[in-house]
Amino acid sequence: MSQPSSSTKQPVKRKALALVSGGLDSMLAVRVIQEQGIEVEGVNFYTGFCVEGHTQAIRERDKNKNKRNNALWVAEQLGIKLHIVDISEEYKDVVLNPKHGYGAHLNPCLDCKIFMVNQATLMLNKARELAGDEGFDFIITGEVIGQRPKSQLKWTMPVIARESGADDRLLRPLSALNLDPTLPEREGWVNRDELYGFSGRNRTPQMELAEKFGLTEFAQPAGGCCFLTHEAYSNKLADLWQARRKRDYELDDIMLLKVGRHLRPKPNFKLIVSREEGENNFLQGYRYQFPSFEVVSHGGPLTLVDGEFESDEDLQLAAQIVARFSQGRTADEVIIAYREPNGVTRELTVKALRPDQIKPEWHVGDSRPEIPPAPVEAEQHG
Amino acid sequence: MAEELNVRRLLCPLPVIRTQNKINTMATNEELLVVGTDPGMLNDIPTWCRINGHQVLDTQSQAGEYHVRIRVQHSE
Repeated sequence: MSQPSSSTKQPVKRKALALVSGGLDSMLAVRVIQEQGIEVEGVNFYTGFCVEGHTQAIRERDKNKNKRNNALWVAEQLGIKLHIVDISEEYKDVVLNPKHGYGAHLNPCLDCKIFMVNQATLMLNKARELAGDEGFDFIITGEVIGQRPKSQLKWTMPVIARESGADDRLLRPLSALNLDPTLPEREGWVNRDELYGFSGRNRTPQMELAEKFGLTEFAQPAGGCCFLTHEAYSNKLADLWQARRKRDYELDDIMLLKVGRHLRPKPNFKLIVSREEGENNFLQGYRYQFPSFEVVSHGGPLTLVDGEFESDEDLQLAAQIVARFSQGRTADEVIIAYREPNGVTRELTVKALRPDQIKPEWHVGDSRPEIPPAPVEAEQHG
Repeated sequence: MAEELNVRRLLCPLPVIRTQNKINTMATNEELLVVGTDPGMLNDIPTWCRINGHQVLDTQSQAGEYHVRIRVQHSE
């Protein structure tokens, strides 16, 4: 069972499952464990809030940027298999009702990490059930104590291990020397002396280790790769919850928060105004779900309506705002087509609002509205 | 005759996830044609295939759509 050295041939080939985000830390964690002769496979979770690629894929001006998925790229560099798992539906409970609360914005980082390690633990348990010793033996992450203000702290490390159910099958190779020995270390599957004791926000140790491994190219998303750590995005999500008087969202909602200019002139409706051709094309696909405006007499953006008009004045106001963002903004008359999701269309002739009539507070994302309380049924689980 | 998987309008990494989940239900030597609109799929699906040992037969972009044709190669 316990061989002192992991580099010699073992009766049981140990295998680790790594949480791979696509960033440098998880990449290094995998390499450290691979160096000890342990086979590693990766898992990457899709929450719906992942930053990379989406705005680039949508926006015309970004069409020529490199659109690779970093987790896949990292897996290929490391020579490991990668499982990409869509957890977007189950993840809602984490975002809507985080037991440990939000960070600076609507980022539930600690609950998120617990959730992801728990998902990996379920995979590990399932693999062990199906394949016994051929399955995974432990989980690794790129966590570093003190790296992140909400989730990667000395006290959160045991909380994540305990609440995820991974317990001492969770190893953080970059910070292991700051923590109690885990099962893989105690059993001699990995040599603790070849693990690291990184801590704090200083990235120099990671850079030096990357150099040692000959890793010259890697992604370094500032503040993580999640839209919920972005202030304006979180403010838009808070606005959505406030307008609907409850914390809830569908995948389409959180995709649309990444696209266009969002204006809420009244509590009952919001306009999503495309800013360029790529966004226009993307929003076209939503015209069968949301009412929309198109400018007929001039060049202008496609605009979606999220919510409901309570009166003809609402409809007029919305059309005048759309006209403001069209090439007819100074014209006496702008013809706008209003289309219901079922295809029924009518035309309105309006004059665009003046710039000073577009109130600053209409711009969603600039400030953080109050959010409604957490869903009741979710609270019982928390 | 290749099976077709429609991932139009889905953004990265959903085209890869759908491809992965579909291929997991297919047998070695079967062919899959993935059709989508996110240009990132031309990088990501071939990368996923290389990692997992599946063979990319052809990639194409035409009229704002992207095609990736894959031959399934499960290991063992």
